[in-house]
Amino acid sequence: MIEFLDVYRQHFGEWVPELLIACIGTLELMALSFVLASAIGLVVALMRVSRSRLLRAVAIVYVEVMRGMPALVILFLIYFGLGGLGVDWLKFTSYEAAILGLGLQGGAVLGEVFRSGIEALHLGQMEAALSLGMTPATAMRWIILPQAWRIVLPPVANYAIGLLKDTAVCAIIAAPELMLRAKDIASSSFRPMHLFVLAAILYFIMSYPLSIVARRLEARLARGR
Amino acid sequence: MDPLLKIVDLHKRFGETEVLCGIDLEVPRTQKVAIIGPSGSGKTTLLRCINYLEKPSSGHVYIDGALIGEKQRNGAYVHLSDRELAKERAEIGFVFQRFNLFPHLTALANVAIAPRRVLGLGQKEAEARAREMLTKVGLAHKFEAFPERLSGGQQQRVAIARVLAMQPKLMLFDEATSALDPELIGEVLRVIRQLAEEGRTMIMVTHEIQFASEVADRVIFMDGGRIVEEGPPEAVIRNPSQARTRAFLARMSER
Amino acid sequence: MPDAAPHFWAVFWAKLPYFLSVLLGAAGTTIKVMLGALAVALTLGLVVALLKLARFSPLRAVANVYIEVMRGTPALTQLFIIYFGLSDLGIDIPPVPAAIIGLGMNGAAYVAEIYRAGILAIHEGQVEAALSLGMTPVDAMRFIILPQAIRMMLPPLCNYAVSLLKDTSLASVVAAPEIMFYARQLVTETLLSMDIYLIVAVIYLAMSIPMGRLVAYLERARRAWQ
Repeated sequence: MIEFLDVYRQHFGEWVPELLIACIGTLELMALSFVLASAIGLVVALMRVSRSRLLRAVAIVYVEVMRGMPALVILFLIYFGLGGLGVDWLKFTSYEAAILGLGLQGGAVLGEVFRSGIEALHLGQMEAALSLGMTPATAMRWIILPQAWRIVLPPVANYAIGLLKDTAVCAIIAAPELMLRAKDIASSSFRPMHLFVLAAILYFIMSYPLSIVARRLEARLARGR
Repeated sequence: MDPLLKIVDLHKRFGETEVLCGIDLEVPRTQKVAIIGPSGSGKTTLLRCINYLEKPSSGHVYIDGALIGEKQRNGAYVHLSDRELAKERAEIGFVFQRFNLFPHLTALANVAIAPRRVLGLGQKEAEARAREMLTKVGLAHKFEAFPERLSGGQQQRVAIARVLAMQPKLMLFDEATSALDPELIGEVLRVIRQLAEEGRTMIMVTHEIQFASEVADRVIFMDGGRIVEEGPPEAVIRNPSQARTRAFLARMSER
Repeated sequence: MPDAAPHFWAVFWAKLPYFLSVLLGAAGTTIKVMLGALAVALTLGLVVALLKLARFSPLRAVANVYIEVMRGTPALTQLFIIYFGLSDLGIDIPPVPAAIIGLGMNGAAYVAEIYRAGILAIHEGQVEAALSLGMTPVDAMRFIILPQAIRMMLPPLCNYAVSLLKDTSLASVVAAPEIMFYARQLVTETLLSMDIYLIVAVIYLAMSIPMGRLVAYLERARRAWQ
C-alpha cells in the first residue's frame, strides 16, 4: 500500500498538470455537446408536440434511433463511417465527431425531457392563451416554455452529469480529453492502476458539484408543488 | 343591424356521440344570455365552439356578420391559419371555470400580457390598462401577487380583468363560479353583474339560477344537445312551458 | 466519384451475409455480458439498498459512498481499473468477467436507488394495516410490500437493462469478444467502416427497440393497475 502511494508522490508533479489540462478538454467537450444537445432537443420536443403528423413522426423516429444505439456506435459511425466514405467534408476530426455524436444522442434524450416538461403543463394554460388571441407560437414562447424550463431543470442537470461521464467514451476515437491522456501516460509509464484511479478521482471532482446542484434542484421542485 | 352573434345549424360530434344536435341562435348587441341545463347537455361545448376552442362538425358561427374559424374561398369553406384564428379570438373574451391564470406571472402581468403580445401595446400602456382593469374588479391591492397567493374568487376576478383588457366585443363565461367555494361566489357574481350593467354582450353558462334570472335578458334551457326552451327569465324560469325545463328547475332548487 | 453510391451498395449486399454471421455470432457474448452484469447489479444493488436503509449510520455511510463513487465516475474508467489496473497489481481478470464485474458494480449503484424508491413508495399505512391485521413483518413484506414494490420497480429496471445492453459496447475496449469488438476487427480487415457500423447500429436497434416497447407496455400496465 505504501509503495503504491509512494509512486504518486514521485510522479505527482508530472502527471497531475497534464491530466488537469486534459480535464479542460473534457469540460469543453461536455459544454459544446451540451449546447448542441439542448438546441436539437428543443427542436425535437417542439416537433414532437406539433400538430403535423409528419413532424411528430420524424421526431419519434429520431429519438428511437438515437436512443437505441450505444454512444460508441454513433461516434464510430461519424468518425470512421462517414470519414471512410472518401468525401472530404465528412472527414471530421475526433473532437468534432465527439461533439457531433454526443450532441446528436443528447438531442434525443433532452428532446424527451423537454417534451415531458411541456406536456406536464395543464392544457388549460394553452387554451387560456389561445382564447386571448395568441397564436400557438406566441403561447409557446410566452406561456408554455417559460413554465416548462423550470420543471425540466432537474432531469437536465442529471443529463449533464451523464454527459460528463460519456465524454470518457470519446477516448476510444482518440478525442482529446481526460481518459485518453490517462491512457497515454499509463502506457508510457507502465502504471495503469495509478493513472486510472487518478482519472477516476478527477472525474469525481468534476461531477460532484453538478450532482449537488441536481439534488438541490430536485428538492426545490418537490417543495414547490 | 346584424346581430352580434349568429349561430346556424351547429352540430358537434365527439366520436359516436352527438353533443350538439343543430343549434340556431341569434344574439343582438348588449343582450345578456344565460344558458342553463343539466350536465352533458352541450352548454359548455356550445360556448367553446363560439371561440373555436372546439371545431364544429357542421354549421357556422358569425360574429358581427363575419365567419368565425373558417372563411369562404370560391364558394367552399376553408380553415383559417393560426394568425387569422388568433385575431378572431382576440375579440371574444372567454372566462374559464378553472380560471387558467398563468402561474409564472403576477396578477398585473397576467392581465397585461395579451394587450402587449397580441395587440402590440407598449409595456407602459399595457400595464396602465392592466392596472385599470384590476382596479375595476376590486383588486387594486394585488397587482404584484402571484396566482398561488390569491383565493379562488380573486383568481377568477383576475381572469375576468385579463379578458376585459382585450376590450372584447363578446364575453363568454363558462360556469365561472362552479369551481369556487360558496363564500367566494358572491364577489365574482358582483363583478359579472357590474359588467352586465355596462351594456356588454354576454353569454353565461351557469348553475346559479337565481343570478341568471336577475341579470340575464334571456334564458336558454338546453338538454340533450338542443335548445328546449328560451325566453325572458320570467317565462323560462318562473313559468316554464316545457316539462323538461320544469323538471330541471325542480332538481336545482332541491340543492 | 460518379458511381460511388451504387458501388457502395453493391459491395454492401455482397458482403452482408459474411458480416452478419460474424456480428450475430458476437451478439451471443453481448447478451452474456449483459445478463451477467444484470445479475451482479440486481444482487449487489439489493445489498447496497439494504445498507442504505440500515439503522446503523456507518453502514448507511458505506452505501452512500459506494453510490456516489460509482455514479460520479465513468463506467469506462471503472472498466479500465478492473481490467488494466488490477492486472498491473498482479490480479489478472479475463475480459468477459472483467466486463461483467465492472458493469455490474456500476449498475448496482443505480439499481440500489430503484429498489429504495420502490420500497419507499409503498405507503406506510399499508405496513401498519398489515401489522394490525396480525401479520408478522416478514408476512407483511412477502404478501403486501414486495408484490407491489416489484410491480413499481419493473419499468425502471427494464430501462436500466436497455441501457446496460448499450453499455456492453464498452466491453470492446477490454477486448471482450462482443459486437463492437468484432466490428472493429472486421473494419481493419475490410476497411468498409460505414457498411459495418451501419449493420452494427441496426443490430443494436433490433435489440433495444423491442425492449423499449416492453418497458412502455409495463409502464402502462403499472399505471392502469394503480
